[in-house]
Amino acid sequence: MSGGVDSAVAAARAVEAGHDVVGVHLALSRMPGTLRTGSRGCCTIEDSRDAWRACDVLGIPYYVWDFSERFKEDVVQDFIDEYAAGRTPNPCMRCNERIKFAALLEKAIALGFDAVCTGHYAKVIEDADGNRELHRAADWAKDQSYVLGVLTHEQLKHSMFPLADTPSKAEVRAEAERRGLSVANKPDSHDICFIPDGDTAGWLAEKIEMTRGDIVDETGAKVGEHPGANAFTVGQRRGLKLGTPAADGKPRFVLEIRPKENKVVVGPQALLAIDEIRGIKVSWAGLPIREVETGEEFDCYAQVRAHGDPVPAAARMETAGDSAGQLVVRLADPLRGVAPGQTVVLYQGSRVLGQATIDAARSLQRAVL
Amino acid sequence: MPAYLDHAATTPLSAEALAALTRELARTGNPSSLHGSGRRARRTVEDARETIAAAAGAHPSEVIFTSGGTESDNLAVKGLYWARRAEDPARRRILCSAVEHHAVLDTVEWLERHEGAEVTWLPVDGEGVVDLPFLEAELARDPAGVALVTVMWANNEVGTIQPVHRVVELAHAAGVPVHSDAVQAFGSLPVHFRDSGLDAMSISGHKIGGPVGVGALLLGRAVKLTPVQHGGGQERDVRSGTLDTASIAAFAAAAAGVTANPADEAARIAALRDRLVEGVLERIPEAVLRGAPGAGRLPGNAHFTFPGCEGDSLLFLLDLAGVESSTGSACTAGVPRPSHVLLAMGLDEETARGAQRFTLGHASTDADVDALLAALPDAYARARQAGMAGHESSIQTAGTIARQVPGSR
Repeated sequence: MSGGVDSAVAAARAVEAGHDVVGVHLALSRMPGTLRTGSRGCCTIEDSRDAWRACDVLGIPYYVWDFSERFKEDVVQDFIDEYAAGRTPNPCMRCNERIKFAALLEKAIALGFDAVCTGHYAKVIEDADGNRELHRAADWAKDQSYVLGVLTHEQLKHSMFPLADTPSKAEVRAEAERRGLSVANKPDSHDICFIPDGDTAGWLAEKIEMTRGDIVDETGAKVGEHPGANAFTVGQRRGLKLGTPAADGKPRFVLEIRPKENKVVVGPQALLAIDEIRGIKVSWAGLPIREVETGEEFDCYAQVRAHGDPVPAAARMETAGDSAGQLVVRLADPLRGVAPGQTVVLYQGSRVLGQATIDAARSLQRAVL
Repeated sequence: MPAYLDHAATTPLSAEALAALTRELARTGNPSSLHGSGRRARRTVEDARETIAAAAGAHPSEVIFTSGGTESDNLAVKGLYWARRAEDPARRRILCSAVEHHAVLDTVEWLERHEGAEVTWLPVDGEGVVDLPFLEAELARDPAGVALVTVMWANNEVGTIQPVHRVVELAHAAGVPVHSDAVQAFGSLPVHFRDSGLDAMSISGHKIGGPVGVGALLLGRAVKLTPVQHGGGQERDVRSGTLDTASIAAFAAAAAGVTANPADEAARIAALRDRLVEGVLERIPEAVLRGAPGAGRLPGNAHFTFPGCEGDSLLFLLDLAGVESSTGSACTAGVPRPSHVLLAMGLDEETARGAQRFTLGHASTDADVDALLAALPDAYARARQAGMAGHESSIQTAGTIARQVPGSR
């Protein structure tokens, strides 16, 4: 329980459904701030107290579990390493993969619990054979199945998302109010929880050694300088401070980061359009569909960020030699701003098929150039 | 009814204290007022002062009522430091045991950060007993520079009783006043303020069957203390604030109760504790009793470290089984940290994380011990399993799948 309204209502519903529920707040830092600042909805002592208060109202025990060491290693350091390698990671996904539904789940199971129940907006469906599938929540606007796309079949077997069928967040807030939960009107959290002021670039600049380097255009011509390539993200437009204007006078965007050459490549928006993605570290949310096993291409929808629109695609597993499998996704509608390190999640209808970490993104237009 | 094994945290209100509390709460009167209602309240407060003085071996004028142990500790440590420093600006040293309750520890650290205090932490041995030769050497090094010595009477976590009389002898020989936090000791050990020679001593109501929110600082008549809290000049001008007649009356009723037959009650509780310790060690041979053995510890205290498990997990599982215990170290909404007491006793962090404290008191019975002994083996086995978890995940995750060789997916 983060101390937010979603996990509080999820806990309330689990209690009402007759489960033996214990509230657990994850301590992700040994030095939590005392009070909330800005829009963060977790990780301060105030948030911990909010979660505690909700548990008291629900009449369930409450514990703080310290996963700060694991979090530092598996999420925060991973975040830094990925940026240092010129990739754009999703720390929430990493936290779900390695902390909430792994380290925490494992401790819970050892203590005698059956499942981890969270306030995520997503749905777990069980088929006749007891196999679990992950689906989008009823409210697609709040749907969080993307950040859960990394869960394996085993993790899904021990997951509960009681907010799955809630028509809207407003309903959750109203329910919290009805239940006397003081967090009913607490603002949503948006930022990365371990970057208090939301200034990711500034935070990274303290952790990664930044070296001045060149900004080049799509032809390789130098158009400016940057203070450090790692602070940039593919698709970024602001803060480039380019001296030389583009020939057509139109804004330019970060197309690519080349950490080895310490170069940032910029170009017109059209060149951001990605037609093909290659993904590594593939996992399937539940049992993989038949085509995954046979290596056939299958139709699906691909989504590359938490609140991005899914686009029609055709995907195929490629297994060559003794390397691990790669997922090749051909996008029917090109996607903008796809960066290595991001996660591509595949859907069929509302069902989450699985995910992969984007290793390479190909633009047909740029390839032609 | 759960088995309540956390008397060191707080105790159930005694029947006598409850009766006194409700009786007085129904009455009006500020003990400082001069009219009839005020006089009646004053009478109640002064009766209580005499009762507590008798229970603690002090003169009534030496009893300063406070809001509890934490306030008494703050008042004593800050008040003595400021008063001694005011007399001689060279007196800036505080000699403080490394195993103090946070009410003393954090007060001393605050004085170090904000008031120019120079702190020397007195080390303890493996059982938690303060190192007297070290104290003697520190006093001898620069007696004129020492503002005060503070060493608790008995430790709240591991129950170890400190050689307070010897501490006082050594300090007084060097002309230095001594404060002792006797919050855990008062009511379970023969605590006699005058015989101890202490200059200041903290006690608390709710650890002995009284209500929360009341305590006292016993302060020698000749001891100068700078007040922390200013106002109406109550309590020898040392602690201003309207006296809480009802709580004070209840505190006194509880104190009279626990000191009526102190030896008998201590023997009863110690016998229960010994059965608890033997029972735990019989069932979990790898558990280690921490603190001093036998008569060297509080009669109601049993403190163990259980290897391979987190104290938190054990607490949770015991709670689930209807047994209420503690990890020993206070942690509010923050992150559980290994106990400074155990670390000072030389334990490593991992061992210290497996701490669990069981404390008995006036309400404890054989049934409480039985409940713990019945629940502990299962709880321990599970907590150990959970303690192993999280090091290398056995749950299949996207990361572990990626590390597997192809074809085995």
